[in-house]
Amino acid sequence: MATELGPTPVKAPASGGTPGHHAPKGVGEDNRIASQGRWASWLLAPTIVALGVVIVYPIISAIVMSFQKDAGLDPATGLFTQGGSAGLQNYVNWLAQQCSAPGGGTVACPPGTLGGQFWSATATTFFFTVVTVALETVLGFWMAMIMARTFRGRSLVRAAVLVPWAIPTAVTAKLWFFIFAFEGIANKLFNTTILWTGSEWPAKWAVIIADVWKTTPFMALLILAGLQMIPADVYEAAKVDGATAWQRFRLITLPLVKPALMVAILFRTLDALRMFDLPYILTGGANNTTTLSILVINQIRQGFNSAAALSTITFIIIFLVAFIFVRFLGANVVEQSGATGKGKK
Amino acid sequence: MTTATADASALRAQQDKGRKAAQNREKWAQGRTYLSAAIILLWCLAPAYWMVVTAFRDVGFTYDTSILPSHVTLDNFRTAFDTSFGNRFGQALLNSVFIGAVVTAISLLIGVFAAYALARLNFRGKFLVLGFILGASMFPGVALITPLFQLFTNIGWMGTYQALIIPNISFVLPLTVYTMTSFFREMPWELEESARVDGCTQGQAFRKVIMPLAAPAIFTTAILAFISSWNEFLIASQLSSDATQPVTVAIANFAGAQPNQIPYTAIMAAGTIVTIPLVILVLVFQRKIVAGLTAGAVK
Repeated sequence: MATELGPTPVKAPASGGTPGHHAPKGVGEDNRIASQGRWASWLLAPTIVALGVVIVYPIISAIVMSFQKDAGLDPATGLFTQGGSAGLQNYVNWLAQQCSAPGGGTVACPPGTLGGQFWSATATTFFFTVVTVALETVLGFWMAMIMARTFRGRSLVRAAVLVPWAIPTAVTAKLWFFIFAFEGIANKLFNTTILWTGSEWPAKWAVIIADVWKTTPFMALLILAGLQMIPADVYEAAKVDGATAWQRFRLITLPLVKPALMVAILFRTLDALRMFDLPYILTGGANNTTTLSILVINQIRQGFNSAAALSTITFIIIFLVAFIFVRFLGANVVEQSGATGKGKK
Repeated sequence: MTTATADASALRAQQDKGRKAAQNREKWAQGRTYLSAAIILLWCLAPAYWMVVTAFRDVGFTYDTSILPSHVTLDNFRTAFDTSFGNRFGQALLNSVFIGAVVTAISLLIGVFAAYALARLNFRGKFLVLGFILGASMFPGVALITPLFQLFTNIGWMGTYQALIIPNISFVLPLTVYTMTSFFREMPWELEESARVDGCTQGQAFRKVIMPLAAPAIFTTAILAFISSWNEFLIASQLSSDATQPVTVAIANFAGAQPNQIPYTAIMAAGTIVTIPLVILVLVFQRKIVAGLTAGAVK
């Protein structure tokens, strides 16, 4: 593929302009850019407006909601109140795991209530994220290395990895629920009698195994695409110079595939941080498998505004992780997508 | 003379040995590759295969472990569509097709123009727009659901189709835009240039030259968009009613004849029905799909 560009995506100047078109420079060029700008705003307007309606409006309204009290019985007077401004109270309640007390004010949330689950849900979310993304990266890398080789039946393998990806997550969850049933194939195959969804660690591993099964293929495909951008002659040259297989992997493959790998890890990390379907259907969030997303959903029917505060916290956590990735770990998504496709294929 | 021949044959023997060792190494490597490939195949296909096999098993043999389906029956497929236990799987299938089609159509209709602008035109703020759209695609669904839940409750939209279609656009549209953007970048734009030289306006060139060329890419993007809408669960699980629920929600809530008995075989049959069209679609358009999937990320 991109042998011309080399493995590192070249940062193109912000021009999607025709590669090698011969418009005259000067006044004509200025006019051209101005007219392209007008065109662009017309073409982009519908998408921007649509995303404004379906994303920006809900975010702003969630943030506004999160600063309001939930309607309900005022504990002090016993009367129904409409809410009103809560200031930061909703956020404080979640972070400090405080619930409103019968006599007014707040007390530590009793165990078992949603309010008392914030930190455990956060820990579960990060635990799932770290473990699944780590496993998926290692397994996906291995799969990609195999699929990059030439052998008979390669296209069969490449097709097969799309199967787990194509199955809807809700179906995946039900399928693994069946596999992990007490009398299910997992226990029969390994001759165990584990109540997979009945206690904490088996339940957590059930979620992790199902997630790794479903999403490793996606990871493998992204890494494979990155591997294929490395020109073969680099390896040839290294071989001639006497580099061992391990040296070639460490000094050529890893650094050159790093940009693609980082983007793949970023995508998966953000996906894992908002994980919902799989634990919700597989374990129902029982046995400490409640993720932040599940907690928000459970909270919605108990109070919109405190649910809004929690979803805003979730959003901020995900945003911070994305920021750290892009800023410090070099997962430059926008720039990579912005690079022109010149010289590919 | 004799020593020379001896030397030569010794050399040849050594070379043979070396070649054989190399061949052995090669064979070894090939063998390992095939073994790894087999493991990958097994890992990816075995659980999916288990779903299909179970779908064809008589309900009395739900936990049977034979590799081939024993006691083959189509009853489970009938049970899946049976509405007497409160399941509305057939309706849910239609709902999913309808929601997926509308979401895909809307997203493509407006996303293709945006993608064209991002791939082809030179304007200020382009990276900002790209960043916004990529950010939107990574946005957590739960951050949208609370305000939408309240809004739709207030305006009486809970359980309507539009309440499912509009939020779906929030993640299908960004996906459409960035997939189409990377497809557009790889198209032979010289043809557009020549059309313009021949007197077409930019709009005409776009309609008459670019759109036909882009048709395969648009088709691939449509498949990806449809699949991602088809898979949506979070929003649908909260905002749909019995009448409008899509298949993912129907499968998650599948009930059996007895309240404490999970109808696994019927669920696996339903899962098979939901999955088979997608898997066929994906396998037929495999190359294009992989190109589309990896487009936003790696290029």
